[in-house]
Amino acid sequence: MEIPDTNSPSDQPHVGLFVTCLVDLFRPSVGFAAVELLQRAGCRVTVPRAQTCCGQPAFNSGDDWHAKQIAMQVLDAFEEFDYVVGPSGSCMGTIRCHYPEMFADDSRLLPRFEALCAKSHELVSFLVDVRGVEAVEASFDHCVTYHDSCSALRELGIKAQPRKLLATVAGLHISELQGTDICCGFGGTFCVKYPEISGSMVADKVAAVAASGADTLLSGDLGCLLNLSGKLRREGKSTRVYHVAEVLANMADGKSIGEGDD
Amino acid sequence: MQPDSRHFKANAEAALREPRLQAALKQLELGFVAGRQRCYEALPEFESLRDRARDILDHTLENLDAYLVEYESRVIESGGQVHWASTPVQAREIVIDICRAAKARSVIRGKSMVGEEIGINDALEAAGFEVTETDLGEYILQLAGEPPSHIVAPAIHKTREEISDLFFEHHREHGFTQRQTERSALVAEARQVLREKFLGADVGMTGANFLIAETGSNVIVTNEGNGDLSSTLPRVQIVTAAIDKVVPTLEDASLLLRLLGRSATGQEITAYTTFTTGPKRARDADGPGEYHVVLIDNHRSEMLGSELRPMLRCIRCGACMNHCPVYGRVGGHAYGWVYPGPMGSVLTPIMVGLDEAGHLPNACTLNGRCETVCPVKIPLPTLLRSLRRRQHLQRQNSRLARIALSLWTWVALRPRLYQALTRPAMSLLSRLGAKSGSFRRMLLASGWTRVRDLPAPQGSTFQARWQQRQRGRK
Ligand code: SF4
Repeated sequence: MEIPDTNSPSDQPHVGLFVTCLVDLFRPSVGFAAVELLQRAGCRVTVPRAQTCCGQPAFNSGDDWHAKQIAMQVLDAFEEFDYVVGPSGSCMGTIRCHYPEMFADDSRLLPRFEALCAKSHELVSFLVDVRGVEAVEASFDHCVTYHDSCSALRELGIKAQPRKLLATVAGLHISELQGTDICCGFGGTFCVKYPEISGSMVADKVAAVAASGADTLLSGDLGCLLNLSGKLRREGKSTRVYHVAEVLANMADGKSIGEGDD
Repeated sequence: MQPDSRHFKANAEAALREPRLQAALKQLELGFVAGRQRCYEALPEFESLRDRARDILDHTLENLDAYLVEYESRVIESGGQVHWASTPVQAREIVIDICRAAKARSVIRGKSMVGEEIGINDALEAAGFEVTETDLGEYILQLAGEPPSHIVAPAIHKTREEISDLFFEHHREHGFTQRQTERSALVAEARQVLREKFLGADVGMTGANFLIAETGSNVIVTNEGNGDLSSTLPRVQIVTAAIDKVVPTLEDASLLLRLLGRSATGQEITAYTTFTTGPKRARDADGPGEYHVVLIDNHRSEMLGSELRPMLRCIRCGACMNHCPVYGRVGGHAYGWVYPGPMGSVLTPIMVGLDEAGHLPNACTLNGRCETVCPVKIPLPTLLRSLRRRQHLQRQNSRLARIALSLWTWVALRPRLYQALTRPAMSLLSRLGAKSGSFRRMLLASGWTRVRDLPAPQGSTFQARWQQRQRGRK
C-alpha cells in the first residue's frame, strides 16, 4: 500500500508523481519542488515507490522488449491515479507519445496505455493547462534564459506555459535564447556515443546562453540541464543552472546544478 | 560511389576540425532555414498543404503498381520508351546500351540524385563516353572529383576561393587564363565552357522531380535552366527516375511543387519548372529524337512493404538536413554516401546495408526538428528508431552498449534493488563532488567528460529523502 503522501481532502485530484530517474539520482530538489507546486495547485500527491525509469533508453536503442517491460511497470504503479505528472518533457513524452505506439498491436494492453497516456502530463504544462494556474508565489532576482527541450517543444508542444509562469515570478527577467528550437546535443546515449558532435552542439548552445546576457539558465528537462551545466563548467562560466520547477516553487536558493562549495 | 559510411565517426570528427567547412555550414541557418521560415509565415495554408501532400503520396504509394503502369502506357503512347531496373547495375547497363545504340560520344547531365545513387558518371566514363555535369554545383564537383554533400546544393561545402582555383586550373584549356574571383564572372565563365558541351552532346540525361501518371510527363525544377537544355538540345534524352517519383495527376504535382521550392531554398517557385513529355513530335521545333525513361527500384519496393514506407514520400527538398544540427556540423560527406542528413540516415542503410551504414541511424539525438519541417511529414525520428530496432534484433549494435543497457534495464525492473543501489552510490558521488560541484573526469563516463563536466549529484536520491520525510511526518 502506498503511503498517503499529503493530508489533503479527497475531493482533490490524486496525482502520482513520476520523479524520473535523473531527478531521483542527480537533483532530488526538483522532485520536492514538483510536490510543492502540485500541492499548491490543489492536488493530492503520492510518490509510488515502484518506479525507476520510463524505459526511454531502451526504446531509443531499439530494444522494444525491455522498453515494454518497463512501460508495464509504470502502468502498474501509476494506473490508479487521476493524473501522472513528471518534471520532464522527455520522460512524459515517452509515456504520452511512445507507450501507445509500443503496444499498438496489443489489443489487451493498448486501451490501458491509452488511458495512461491521456492522464499523463509534463509538470509545468499540467499546472497551466490542466490546473489553470495563472501565477506562482516566488521571487528570483535574476535575468534568466530558458532552454526548450526538444521533446517538450515538439512532442508535447510546450513553449508558452513555462514562460507564462516565469513571468509571474517577482524580480525575474527573461532574455530569450537565439535558436531556441535547436537541440542542445544531449540526445540520451548520443552524447556519449558521439561526444565530439554533441560537444560542438552544446558549445553553440552555451555561446547562445552567453549572448543572451542572462546569469541563470533554466529548462524543464534534467538531461539537457546536466549537459548544459557540464559544458558551462568546463568552459569556466559562472552561469547558474536550475530546473524551472525549482524557481517556480521558490526553492532555487540552494546550490545550482554543477555548482560547488568553492 | 563507394560507400564510406562505416567511417562516419572519424569523418565527422575530421569535419568538425575543418574551419572552411564549418564556415560554409553556418550559412545554412542564415540562408535556407531563414528562407523557408519566411515562406512558411507568408503562406497561411502551408500546414494544410503538408497534410494534403502526405495524403496524396500515401495514396500513390498504396497504388504504386497501378500508377507506374499508367505512367508507362502514357510514355509509350507519346513515343517514348520505358526501361525497368531493379538494381543500380541494371540501370547502368540500360543507360550504357542506349548510349551505344545511339552511337553517342558525349553525354551531358542535369543534376540527378538517383544518377548519383546508381553511380552513372563513373560507369559512363568507364564505357568510354565523355560526361559533363551541367548543374553548376555538380560541375564544380566534377572538376574537383568530389561527390555532392547536399541533395539540393551539392557544392555547399565549397568556398568561392576553392571554386576560383578549380576554374583557373581546368578552364585554361578552354582559353580562360585569368583567375576570376567574382561570383558573376565565375558563373559567366562556366556558362561559356558548358555552352560548348551542350551544343556538342549526343545524349542528355536528367532526373525527375516528379513523373506524372496521367500524362506520362516528367517534371524537373532548376534554377539554372541547365536541365531544360540537357533535355531539349541532344538527340537522345534519358530520364533516370526512382519508382517513387510518380504522382497521379498534374494537379498533384502542382501541389507538391508549391511545397518543394519553399521547403528547399525558401523560393515560392524555382526559376525553371519544366514538364517534358515524349520525344520531339512532327510539329515541334525542338526536342530529342529518342526519349527514354529508366525506372529504378533499388530497394524501394522492399521499403514499400515495410514500416519504412513513409520514407518513399520524400520529395528531396533537403529541408531535413538544413534543419539537422548534426548535418549542420559535420556536413554531407561525413555520411559517406549519396544521401546525407536525416533522409540519408534512413535511405543509406537500406541501399548500402545496415552493416556498412550502422552509424547513421544512431548519430542522431532524435530531436525531431527534421520532422517538423518535412513538407510531406515523414516521421524521420520514428524511422531512424525502426532502423535501430533492426540493428538491435540483428545484434549489430555495439556489445558494450548492449551490456550497459541490459544491466540498466535489469536493475530498473527491480525498484527495491534499484533504490538500494542508487542511494549509497549517489551519496558517495555527491560527497566526492561537493567541493567542485562537478567532475572533470569520471570512470566509465569518458564519452561524457571528454567534452563537458559531469555535474555532481545533490546528495542522496529523491526516493530516499522522500521516504525519510514521510516517516518523519507519521
Ligand atoms: S525527408 Fe522530407 S525534408 Fe527531407 S528531403 Fe525528403 S521531403 Fe525533404
